[in-house]
Amino acid sequence: MDKTLNNLHQEALNRYQTKINSVSAEEMVLNLGPQHPSTHGVLRLELITDGEIVKEVIPHLGYLHRCFEKHSEALNYGQIIPYTDRMDYLASMNNNHAFVMGVERMLGIEKEIPKRVEYIRVLVCELNRIASHLIAIGTYGIDIGAFTPFLWCFRDREHIMNMLEWASGARMLYNYIWVGGLFYDIPVGFEDRCEEFVAYFKPKMKELNELLTDNQIFISRTANIGVLPLDVAINYGCSGPMLRGSGLKYDLRRVDEYSVYPEIDFEVPYAKGEIGTVGDCWNRYKVRIDEIAESLKIIEQCVEKLKKEHKRTKDFDPRALVPKKTVPKAQDFYIRAENPKGEIGFYFTADGRSDKPFRVKSRGPSFSNLSVISEISKGVMIADLVAIIGSLDIVLGEVDR
Amino acid sequence: MIFDTVKNILVDKFGTEVIVTEEKEQKQPALIINPDLIEQVCLTLRDHPDTWFDFLSCLSAIDYGVEAQKFGIVYHLSSIIKNHQIVLKVIQTNNRNEDNLPVFKSVSSVYKAAEWHEREAFDMIGVTFENHPDLRRILLPDDWEGYPIRKDYQPAEFYHNIKIEM
Repeated sequence: MDKTLNNLHQEALNRYQTKINSVSAEEMVLNLGPQHPSTHGVLRLELITDGEIVKEVIPHLGYLHRCFEKHSEALNYGQIIPYTDRMDYLASMNNNHAFVMGVERMLGIEKEIPKRVEYIRVLVCELNRIASHLIAIGTYGIDIGAFTPFLWCFRDREHIMNMLEWASGARMLYNYIWVGGLFYDIPVGFEDRCEEFVAYFKPKMKELNELLTDNQIFISRTANIGVLPLDVAINYGCSGPMLRGSGLKYDLRRVDEYSVYPEIDFEVPYAKGEIGTVGDCWNRYKVRIDEIAESLKIIEQCVEKLKKEHKRTKDFDPRALVPKKTVPKAQDFYIRAENPKGEIGFYFTADGRSDKPFRVKSRGPSFSNLSVISEISKGVMIADLVAIIGSLDIVLGEVDR
Repeated sequence: MIFDTVKNILVDKFGTEVIVTEEKEQKQPALIINPDLIEQVCLTLRDHPDTWFDFLSCLSAIDYGVEAQKFGIVYHLSSIIKNHQIVLKVIQTNNRNEDNLPVFKSVSSVYKAAEWHEREAFDMIGVTFENHPDLRRILLPDDWEGYPIRKDYQPAEFYHNIKIEM
């Protein structure tokens, strides 16, 4: 390369090179990924190992970088929504919801959104949250060596995929929640299908718990592994099940009380350390299991509201408030919301003249959650490192954006 | 209101020069902080019993455009215990020459979360951070040229003699 690098950059590169080159004869540099099933995507971890012991983990990201922020500057607000789908592609509805909420608040129309629209948004978000957690649990099982839970989780997730496909037309990347409303109203009979699903799914969760959660082999592999103390979690900006897994009852759905969550009765699960230590892999996993039960409660309440109080009427138009041209006043605005992985944030800068944002910065929860990995995996076995990566529940689409 | 509390704490501790200006009429009011003091400001706000900003939600770098010749870093801090939020900004002028990148103070000693966010800011906007433990690029390859989210970025045509199809 001809161009001289910035000094600070060059120094950091030299430090990194020296570290890799100066490993002793007993140590070995090992690449885990980017093509490795247990890294949940294209994450590459460079390990400095001494036999089976991991001395240091150096993560390398960017294999799935698709220039979300640069694209956003060339598109108007409505056109960015499909791009947010592709950030955390396992929880697209939740990304849509957070993004749309931010734009609505910038426009100042968040109070005018009809209650029916808000209930539908929460309903589809919670369905998607269950789907995302099912992937987290299923793939976690397969990381540890349990094959059956993976198949069971995917079987149940398929029902959710079919339902959301029925509503939005797409299986994973929905573009369903729009600024000011929705793409379409939910189809006739969707509420009944949700009820059927909840009735079907509750006993399945019980089976899954018997198979995996209380399984002695699974507990031996996950309890007391990768303990993340609460102060470290907060300092590293971990959020969502990572933070709650470290024993803090903190959920933005309750803290910020956005959308219709204040009207809905649900608990915030957090790790109590029934098995193992608070903050270990098992506790993070258990928080996700408990959250599925809470999401089912939310779905039941939403369905009831949508059947009675906010019934489908003939003149209801979910696109009534969708603006023809979205031009917020000149301002900058940060919106945060609870994604299945944690705090998703969008920082908008609007110049007040154009319908395109001047800059959008996205804060992916997986990005911050992943940054803690070098801290909690010093001195663990390689097999335990796989357990730790699985318990973080990262989606590389969101880490790299 | 937390905005005034923060202002008073900072002025008491560092004097009036710590706050350059303020943006109070916004929906989320922001304090523009003196770039030299941002690290101590964050440390003070993190450990002060009235503010307790223990969580760095987001750190964003902004290129304010070719004419403005300004670069900024925006810190969104929130307190888990007290449940309040504040926005801090630092802004520096720069002539946009890539041999002369703007230098900010790193806050990664206060919030570890800033470590990767600052690497991303360097990678995308081309702002550097003093006292950062590991200022390599994070999303792009180490030998990438240019900083893509700058407003005047020209997309590269070749990378290692491979044509980049648009």
